[in-house]
Amino acid sequence: MARVLVGVKRVIDYAVKIRVKPDKKGVVTDGVKHSMNPFDEIAVEEAVRMKEKKLVSEIIAVSCGPVQSQEVIRTALAMGVDKGIHVEVSGPEYETLQPIHVSKILAKIAQNEKVDLVIVGKQAIDDDSNQTAQMTAAVLDWPQATFASKIEKGDKELTVTREVDGGLETIKCKIPAVISADLRLNEPRYATLPNIMKAKKKPITKVTPKDLGVDISPRIEILSVEDPPVRQAGVILPDVDALVTKLKEGGHVP
Amino acid sequence: MSLRVFSKCILNVTPKPFSRSFTINLSEEHLILQKTCRSFAETELKPVASQFDKEQKFPVEQIKKMGELGLLSVNVPERWGGSGQDRLALAVGVEEIARGCGGTGAIMSIHNTLYVNLVERCGTDKQKEQFLKPFTCGILGSFALSEPDAGSDVGSISTTATLDGDSYILNGTKSWVTNGLEAKGAVVFATVDKTLKHKGITGFLVPIPSPGLILGQNEDKLGIRASSTCTFTLEDLRIPKENVLGEVGGGFKMAMIQLDEARVGIAAQALGIAQAALETAVAYAAQRKTFGQTINQYQAVKLKIANMALHLESARLLVWRAAVLCDKSDRTSKQSSMAKLAASEASAYITHSAIQILGGMGYVSNMPAERHYRDARITEIYGGISDIQRLIIGEAIIEEYRQ
Repeated sequence: MARVLVGVKRVIDYAVKIRVKPDKKGVVTDGVKHSMNPFDEIAVEEAVRMKEKKLVSEIIAVSCGPVQSQEVIRTALAMGVDKGIHVEVSGPEYETLQPIHVSKILAKIAQNEKVDLVIVGKQAIDDDSNQTAQMTAAVLDWPQATFASKIEKGDKELTVTREVDGGLETIKCKIPAVISADLRLNEPRYATLPNIMKAKKKPITKVTPKDLGVDISPRIEILSVEDPPVRQAGVILPDVDALVTKLKEGGHVP
Repeated sequence: MSLRVFSKCILNVTPKPFSRSFTINLSEEHLILQKTCRSFAETELKPVASQFDKEQKFPVEQIKKMGELGLLSVNVPERWGGSGQDRLALAVGVEEIARGCGGTGAIMSIHNTLYVNLVERCGTDKQKEQFLKPFTCGILGSFALSEPDAGSDVGSISTTATLDGDSYILNGTKSWVTNGLEAKGAVVFATVDKTLKHKGITGFLVPIPSPGLILGQNEDKLGIRASSTCTFTLEDLRIPKENVLGEVGGGFKMAMIQLDEARVGIAAQALGIAQAALETAVAYAAQRKTFGQTINQYQAVKLKIANMALHLESARLLVWRAAVLCDKSDRTSKQSSMAKLAASEASAYITHSAIQILGGMGYVSNMPAERHYRDARITEIYGGISDIQRLIIGEAIIEEYRQ
């Protein structure tokens, strides 16, 4: 049976109103409610369902971040994941941690743990990168099935329906593979009380990027973080001619 | 008298219960539980709470889901299909659910503290197979103690249980049974001998439906309208002897001990309703403008909010303390009563103030403040009226000093 690695990221909760820090170097995170990235919840749910269908033997959840990242690992454990690995990255290093670093970390762990499937959310709701799954597949030289809205697992291959701009695309790829979960893949379960209790006994191992031989020195420098411009009011025009004139005046149309 | 002798005297006189014994921080497991319940309440309960209240509609789907999550058997050991958590977990969970919908919070609180926990504590294994195991995942049970002529005066209940061969025949009326219309089982209290006064009271496990058990109409309540409340009329209801819960004549004490737990549950429900009301008021005060500024800039509003928060957080500490003690002690009457009294009166104060802060908007059903006000009211009544709670506390303290 297959072994699965699920990547889970601790992000600011989707319902929170984001505020930019006064020094304009980032957003306020102190005392702000954080949760598991919603797409990662979907990834965890898919892995747990596969385990319930006896397609998967063990699920490992990995999170890269400060000590608080253990909270999302615990939530994953409460949803049915078997064990967790916390890759500790904190302070300024965490501010500049990018998908390129995370993908190398996930790839290394995937190899160490001899997993057959890596499932992550398609993107994190804080940086919206949509890169980690793709980069991890490249590092491992594994096939990738991104934006998955349906997954059927066979013995040696996966049939994945992907949500793409033009509609739905169904592909087949060999296992081992990397999958990124899209919104309609499933609806994540609430952790049941008995599982929350059981999660306490499940292990979370702590490692550092150094232990994994991954260099996380920054490849970017954050220059500034600003609010988007306040949206200007629109104008209602009487007819198409007026619209064309306005567009020409604004230089939007030659 | 020397200082040493004096100190010794004081130490001998100060009763043990006054020593501090708890931490105010929730453990990681409790925090995950709180987060899960809050998430559930916000998604599944908050959007429909107003509809349940207006239509007096029972939350069928939501109760089913709560059963699947293990919220309807929080303290029951896993062997009987429960979640095996402590009473602090129950208090935290009930508060979050009540914050979403007061009525659903009441359903969860009473089913847990007055039915499954009672059967778990006092039932035989055989009774638990029939009356506990099936009731842990979505099927509800109820507790029938009060009568039209006996509320606070539990000792004078007059539903009779007459021994006839292998069974008891029950006759009488029980009132105010929560979950009465949906329950598939109930603990019904009757007296086997009125001359023994409260020492004749016995608890009986009654499957529903049963011939001879007639359910009344759903009471038209002021609040917690999602939960059903009705009368049980018992007409020659035949119950086998094996269904006696605990000992014959031990029902009064059994009920009183169970009510200590129930009070913590009701207190948690009150906290949840109060929390929701406080949040509504603070959010409103941040937006509503009068005389050119948001009303949260006025001292009058700041002082109200401060008082509301103070009452809420003090009550919460009392509730958590009582919950933790319930797991450790045999009797927690004083602490449970203090918790229920504080939380119910806090919820009355907070929901009242919330309407005041909302002004006209607090009086109409467009905003939830009026529903919170109505939902909170019951917490000062059921599980023992506030006056009874005060008597319990006063008498307990006098007794402590006597020793």
